[in-house]
This record gives sequence, C-alpha cells and structure tokens, in this order.
Amino acid sequence: MESIAQLLKLIPYYDQVPDLLQKFLPMLVSSIVVFAYIALLVLFFIWMERKVSAHMQDRLGPMYAGGWHGWAQSIADAIKLLFKEDIIPAAADRLLFKLAPFVVFTAAFASFVVVPFGATSIASDLNIGILYIFAVASLAIVGILMAGWASNNKYALYGGMRSAAQIVSYEIPAAIVIMTVVIPVGSLSMQEIVLAQAGGVHNWFVFRNPFTFIAFFVYFVCTVAEVNRTPFDMPEAESELVAGYHVEYTGMRFAFFFLAEYANMFLVGAIAAALFLGGWNGVLPPDWLPWLAVPGPVIISVKALALVFVQMWLRWALPRLRVDQLMYMCWKVLLPVSLVLVLGVGYLAVFWK
Amino acid sequence: MKRYFTDIGLGITTTLHSMWIAWKHMFVPAVTLQYPTVKWELPERSRARLFNKIADCIGCGQCARVCPTDCIDIQTEKRGKDEPAIFASEGTAIKLRTYVFDIDMTLCCYCALCTFPCPTHCLVMTREYEYSVYDKRDHVYHYAVDKPLYTKLKEAAAKAPAAQA
Repeated sequence: MESIAQLLKLIPYYDQVPDLLQKFLPMLVSSIVVFAYIALLVLFFIWMERKVSAHMQDRLGPMYAGGWHGWAQSIADAIKLLFKEDIIPAAADRLLFKLAPFVVFTAAFASFVVVPFGATSIASDLNIGILYIFAVASLAIVGILMAGWASNNKYALYGGMRSAAQIVSYEIPAAIVIMTVVIPVGSLSMQEIVLAQAGGVHNWFVFRNPFTFIAFFVYFVCTVAEVNRTPFDMPEAESELVAGYHVEYTGMRFAFFFLAEYANMFLVGAIAAALFLGGWNGVLPPDWLPWLAVPGPVIISVKALALVFVQMWLRWALPRLRVDQLMYMCWKVLLPVSLVLVLGVGYLAVFWK
Repeated sequence: MKRYFTDIGLGITTTLHSMWIAWKHMFVPAVTLQYPTVKWELPERSRARLFNKIADCIGCGQCARVCPTDCIDIQTEKRGKDEPAIFASEGTAIKLRTYVFDIDMTLCCYCALCTFPCPTHCLVMTREYEYSVYDKRDHVYHYAVDKPLYTKLKEAAAKAPAAQA
C-alpha cells in the first residue's frame, strides 16, 4: 500500500486533497488493484480448471469461444451470468439470501490484505498476519451457513451444515501446522515469514527439516478441505446435494459464490507459497544470476498457480470422501500428525539452534 | 494400532497412484470429435432418415402395413387402362398411382422393417441424421408427386358428410 501511496503523490495537487481522503484513497486504489487482479485470475482459473479436467479425462474442454482453445470461455460465461435473471425463492429469507454471497466473497477478499505479493506490495503488513487470515477466512462459514439457511431448501441447508462442520474442523490442524513455521521465524507477520526464507530453495520452509516438509503437505490437505474442493467437496456434492449451499442462487449472486471459491483457491495457494515455498523469493539465491531477477508478485503468483493446479489435479484423481471419513482424516490423522510436527519443530528450535 | 499406520500409508500411496494416472491422461490425445466441424462417418448400414424413391414405388403399401408405429401413410388409385404402361427401374409394372406417400419421421422408430418387404427396393434408410426442424410438421416428408385423377370426387364426397356434421 505504501508504494501505491507513493504513486498517488505524483498526481498534481494531491497534497491539497483533504487529509481524510489522503488516508482513504490509497486503501481504495490498492483494494481495486487487488480486486482486478483476483477477478482476472479467477477468470483464468475457471478456464484452466475446465481445460485441466477435460484433458485429464481425455476430452478437449471449451474450444470455440475466443478462438484459441476457447480462451474467452470464462469471459463469455461471466457475461452470461451478468445478464441472467436474478431469482429469489418465494419462501427464502430475503435479506440473508441477498447478503450471503457478499459475505462469502468479502471473507475471501479480505484475506488478501496480508498476502505478501512482493517486498513492498502488500496491502497491510499486520504483525498478526496469519491469525488475521484465519479469523477472516472463518467468516466464510457464516456466509455459507447464511446461504444454506436462507435458501429454505433442504439440500442447501445440508450443504451449509456440512461446510460449517468441515471448515471448523479443518481449521484446527491447519492452525496448528502453521506453528511449525511461526516457531522458527518468531513472528506472525507474513512479510517476516517470507523474509526468513530468503536466499534460495534450501531456505524455504518445505526443505528446512523433515517436520516442516510434512507440515507443508498437512497444511495443503487442510486448505483443500477449507476451500471445499474435491475430494472434500461435501458441501456442494453434486451427486448427493445437487449443488449444496448455492442451489437456489442464480445470475450475479451465483457468480459471486464462484468468484469466492476460485479466489479462495488462489488465496490458499498464495498463503501456502508464502509460508512454505519462499513467498516472493526466487528459487536461486539473489546474488546468483542477478539479471534473472523476476518481480516478487510474479514469483508468488506462479507458485500459487502451481498449487492451484495441484488442487485441480487432485480433483480429478480422487473420489469424494464420505462425511465420516472426512472427520476421521481430520481428527484422527491430521490433528495428531500436526501436534507431533509442532513438538518436533519446538524440539529443534530449543535444542538444535 | 498397526492398522492405523497401514491405513495412513495406503491413503498416501493410493493418492499418489491415482494422481499419477490422472497425470498420464493429461497427455493422452483427446477422443473428442469437434462435432459440427468434424463429423463421424456413420457405418454403411446405419439407420437414419427414411427416403423413398417415388419413381420406383409401386404403391403396394407393404411398408405401411409392417410399420410398427404407423408412420407411413399411402393412398393410391388404379391407373386408367388408356394410360401408358410404366415400370419401376427393376422391371415391375406400376399399376397404381401413388398420390399420397407421407412419412412422419417424428413417429419413426428406425427399425427399418419397412425397407425389407419393399419389392422394388425404393424405400431405404439413409445415413442423413441431421434433419432437426423448428416445426414438427416439417418432419412429415411428402414423397408423392402425382395428383389423383379419379379419386378427387370420391374424397370430396367422403369429406362432405363430415363437414356437415
């Protein structure tokens, strides 16, 4: 945000703008920048998801819209959704029904405040960055539950309930596993965690020690569950619940759920990249091949993109888990493993130095 | 306890295995045919739209009789003795004038039973399968070209009481 504030100062007569506005404008501009970036990425992800899923099933996927391999398919879909009729069921709770998609999207969008895109490009480097992400991301449960409840549809309610149960449970191992990163860094700030991994691949937390190596995978599994994607897509299980909590949604409101889901995928990938894969640090130490320096936002976006690809890949590799299997995996496998990992990292931090 | 750890190990290995299978399929050429631009060539004897070569039709009505869905409607009249003799292409004399030969393709079940009794082999199933229309009445194909010479009066007489009632 500082860099955007610097840029705004270049506008003529900017110093004569009222102080309140001077404080407010950088926030507005940076949020618009992040929003535009995410919206573009989401459009790309939807196309990518369709292509990846198609090719993994020996199909072609969208091929017409736009010409080259249907690159404009998601743009066409977005326009279609914009023009669609906005239906609110007669028996729905109108206020909650209208509010829910925006709550879900706000939760996804607000987390981007602390995602470190580069050394200077971070909206706000909170000193409790990770905690903030967990707090805000949990808001999505409220939105999903709102949507499920307000739709006045049994499938939507089932989806909302399942989603709440799933996200709340999987947040526990995810939060504990993050301790394995926080302990060696000694800070909750995202920027400091990224800086602690500077200087090449061997400094990334995945490759620091065996505990953080496993921690990365545990965290990844937890996040896949948190963004409700296959094999953990109980809340929107097509074959059981039609479409889960967003059955009754059409047009723009449905698009917001979609946007939130894919924004969450990218968010989760970016956070995993920042915590374990070195964030905006390059693969090589900075003093090697200095002419190869790539801007930080590009590096972290590529890393997040790779993780998003793995999420899509998992979707077509695995069938959906049963609810009891899901809970088994969370409470009986991931939670004990994450506790052991934290103990191991703590042991290393105290006795290994 | 042992079961617990073998289960975790199985979970990891089977996940990796299925991911490997999905990865391999990324590079398998797609089986998709880009339909409107690329079309699958149908087998020679595939059954789609019916076609009647009316010049060869002797109006025997066997196809209409055998049809399980009654989708063929044939009306004929005797040709006059003074009219010149005409023959189907394989030699059968055409003694009846077919003035109605309608096939309702919305009723057709594509069994091809009608094509087998046809003595002059003029009723055949073609490979043409793209004939959707906006109005279902367009699916009734009229093959007859001749006009009736003698039955017109009879038909009018038959219709008249119905009109009065």
